[in-house]
Amino acid sequence: MTCRTVDVTRLSCSGAIVIVKPFCLCALLLGCFLCLITVQAQAADSKALSLSPLEQALTQITSEDEAVREAGLRTITEQGDSSLIPRLDEIRASADRSIRLAIKPVMDLLKNRAKLESPEADVRRSAATDLGTSGKSVAISWLDQAAAKEANKWVRYTMEESAALLKLAGVDQAAKRTAIEKLGDLASQNAVPALQELVTTGKAAEATETQQALAQSANASIERIETWAAWSNAIETIFRGISLSSILLIMSVGLAIVFGLMGVINMAHGELMMVGAYATFITQELFRAFVPQNFFDYYFAVAMPMAFLVAAGCGLVLEATVIRFLYGRPLETMLATWGISLVLMQAARVYFGDLTAVAAPAWLSGGVQVMVGVFLPNNRLFIIALSAVCVLAIYAILFRSNLGLRVRAVMQNRNMSACLGIPTRKVDAYTFAFGSGLAGIAGWALTLIGNVEPGLGQNYIVDSFMVVVTGGVGKLAGTIVASLGIGGLNKLLEPSMGAVYGKVCILVLVILFLQWRPSGLFAIKGRQADT
Amino acid sequence: MSEIKKDDSNVALPTAEQRPSRREFLVQGSKAAAGVGIAALLGNLGNWALSYAADKEPIKIGVLHSLSGTMAISEVSLRDTVLMAVDEINAKGGVMGRQVKPVVVDPASNWDLFAEKAKQLLLEDKVAVVFGCWTSVSRKSVLPVFEKNNGLLFYPVQYEGEECSRNVFYTGAAPNQQAVPAVEYLMSKEGGGYKKFYLLGTDYVYPRTTNKILRAMLLAKKVHEANIMEEYTPFHHQDYQTIVGKIKKFAAGGGATVISTINGDSNVPFYKEFANQGLRAEDAPIMAFSVAEDELRGMDTSALVGHLAAWNYYQSVDTPQNKKFVADFKAYCKKNNLPDGEKRVTDDPIEAAYFGVHVWKQAVEKAGKTDVDAVRKAVYSQKFLAPGGEIMMDAANHHTYRPVLIGEILKDGQFKVVSRSKGLVKPEPWSEYTNPDKGCDWISHQGTYQKK
Repeated sequence: MTCRTVDVTRLSCSGAIVIVKPFCLCALLLGCFLCLITVQAQAADSKALSLSPLEQALTQITSEDEAVREAGLRTITEQGDSSLIPRLDEIRASADRSIRLAIKPVMDLLKNRAKLESPEADVRRSAATDLGTSGKSVAISWLDQAAAKEANKWVRYTMEESAALLKLAGVDQAAKRTAIEKLGDLASQNAVPALQELVTTGKAAEATETQQALAQSANASIERIETWAAWSNAIETIFRGISLSSILLIMSVGLAIVFGLMGVINMAHGELMMVGAYATFITQELFRAFVPQNFFDYYFAVAMPMAFLVAAGCGLVLEATVIRFLYGRPLETMLATWGISLVLMQAARVYFGDLTAVAAPAWLSGGVQVMVGVFLPNNRLFIIALSAVCVLAIYAILFRSNLGLRVRAVMQNRNMSACLGIPTRKVDAYTFAFGSGLAGIAGWALTLIGNVEPGLGQNYIVDSFMVVVTGGVGKLAGTIVASLGIGGLNKLLEPSMGAVYGKVCILVLVILFLQWRPSGLFAIKGRQADT
Repeated sequence: MSEIKKDDSNVALPTAEQRPSRREFLVQGSKAAAGVGIAALLGNLGNWALSYAADKEPIKIGVLHSLSGTMAISEVSLRDTVLMAVDEINAKGGVMGRQVKPVVVDPASNWDLFAEKAKQLLLEDKVAVVFGCWTSVSRKSVLPVFEKNNGLLFYPVQYEGEECSRNVFYTGAAPNQQAVPAVEYLMSKEGGGYKKFYLLGTDYVYPRTTNKILRAMLLAKKVHEANIMEEYTPFHHQDYQTIVGKIKKFAAGGGATVISTINGDSNVPFYKEFANQGLRAEDAPIMAFSVAEDELRGMDTSALVGHLAAWNYYQSVDTPQNKKFVADFKAYCKKNNLPDGEKRVTDDPIEAAYFGVHVWKQAVEKAGKTDVDAVRKAVYSQKFLAPGGEIMMDAANHHTYRPVLIGEILKDGQFKVVSRSKGLVKPEPWSEYTNPDKGCDWISHQGTYQKK
């Protein structure tokens, strides 16, 4: 069998050569111009009867003549599918620059068309967005078809939006009108520039009647879109405010315990956050080294107790070796802990270097869309939930448990507690370790937002102190309200004032507020406040 | 000489029986001290005379990069590079047969300390040349020191331009070799034909000046005022929610791009937030001027993939000398037990620091001496086959002809070059958009001059 097959191919090959020869002779005689045609004819011949318009188009696109090239590209976009991509790639690799540039959009179009069928929603959606901005009206039918069978709400939304955008850019007046309506219905922010253009052409002196009518409906659509945008913007701003507040809260709850309840000004609190962040980083590296790839994402869950324990351990050591001797001497405590913070920072720099980062697990990257124009990142939602859980846990421990009762007793009246048999030194140590552990958890959560670096604590410590002092030292509720207030106000000011002046403004407001109420929002009333 | 020393010290030692009075003790003590001093002086003198006769005294050069503090993250690599270049030169017999001896100081990311250390290098150590600085602030703070004492500084980092010092050679890019061509690329058909530009930076001199130039350029190219946004954040800014939200609104409808001059540790929160809010590199690519391979090392790059950067060199540049350079650098870091050893990468400032040392060496050899004025004149038009390809020092304006490369960030923290300038780009310290009437020339003018 094999022999025969080989024979046949050989035969056909020699046959082809026999056919080619006279053609070549012809070509040589007839000169260059004819030669080109002959070569094309040969190509057609050798591919025998299977020549489809697509094959022809593939040869056309390498042509020097622009018109021929355009025709070829048009055929490919209209009739081709993704199976052509490898062949186009081949052509692209050997072609010169102008041809490459011409082929690229066609390839993108075909690729995106194929991606509309992808099993992953994100891929389908981004393909739909790309088709919408490509400006090629061929894609309208693809998008319509895809939208009809699309199950995911937001992917369907993007498909419809893209189709409408393409219709808007097209020439068909009736389609344009429906597209304007549709985009208004969809509240599509992406359509505003194009609609605005319609409005300006409609307003021009030489505008035709149809143009004016279009402009009118475009104007109405823009208004609807803008109203919607104002609402979604308000919602997003509120969300951002809450998100920033939750970050401030999670940073400062630990401090609220150490500084607020115990009265220890711990300047190394930020570095305990850094310790938590590095504990997360180490857990990640351990998972990378020893755990199969499939389970990698679980590192983040494991890292939480790690971060808490490591930071709490650091807190215990710190308390036992330094802070224990400095109770009741705030200035010395401040200096000593400041020094420790520098030591910890430099140690991290020496040991880990300056550049490390934690890769957020897949389930915490990206975000969820809740309505048109409102997109909430998962990591922020997670931190909001986490800070709520932390506050509840602290409340439960401090006010609903035996341990909490002792802590509060020691803080209120140390001597009396000692008389009643409470080991006050031990309680001090545990409370400090608990506050430090909370800092570790804050560090763990912050790896989702920023990077892990020795200066991490420095970035947050000032804000944390600001929150605790504004809230009123010694009051957990004050810390919560203050972080909500500062976070919300910051996000309210930032859009109009910019990040730099927003921050300045917040600091000024906090200073003014403390002038008015030196003991913060929720001052402790009674005898302790005087001491 | 050592004999004299011995004798003297013997005299000085009082025996236990003698029990000298305080006065005697003082007299003898001072005698001894003087003796030792003279001996030391003689020894030094002899040493000096010896080296003078052979003319083999090493040439001292200064290395002025922060080794601690916030800028250590970037500057330590430059110190390593300079030391590596010095090692290379010394291994090949030094400069004019004399060994090169680096004097490394640590200005600790403190701008005042930069000036102080520069003074120390020039006046006490009497170095022939200094390689150093990263931030524009540090350069501005040492500038008067170098100008007053006629020192020589090689500055290896891209910067905002508008400077033309007689005592500084700038081996990094001027604005027209990085920022301006990057934006021109984004506006071109090949680069995507972007029409809306969001200029985002950290609040200090480099982003402000660069964005001033870019704004002037965009307006000159008929980009509508409403299509340019400018925004700054404080150093170490972490919360980019609002800004990314603004970018999203700005980018709606397509054709928008972000020009980022964000510095250092703010980059990761920014790129993360960008990706998490559902923006893609296709919707609005970020073109960064301060993100290079060395900053990406160790970062989680997944949020950065597909975004762009503009530099004059990448580690991925495919030339034989670059392959050797990268291998040498990694080997050097490993051999000297520097942090991360073989995992170290090269980038644009590292290359600029490296060829700066070699350009200086060539200039000294051409001048035949290390005298600053002679070397300065010899640097003009000096050529060197740098890792990324041949570079040339300008004939008069103290800057460097370099190629411009636009790169796309890849998953491994390296760059894929997507566009490359035709040949070398002439450096223009005074931008044609903001200061069209100013020029920089140290041959036919005295530095900055008014063009007619």
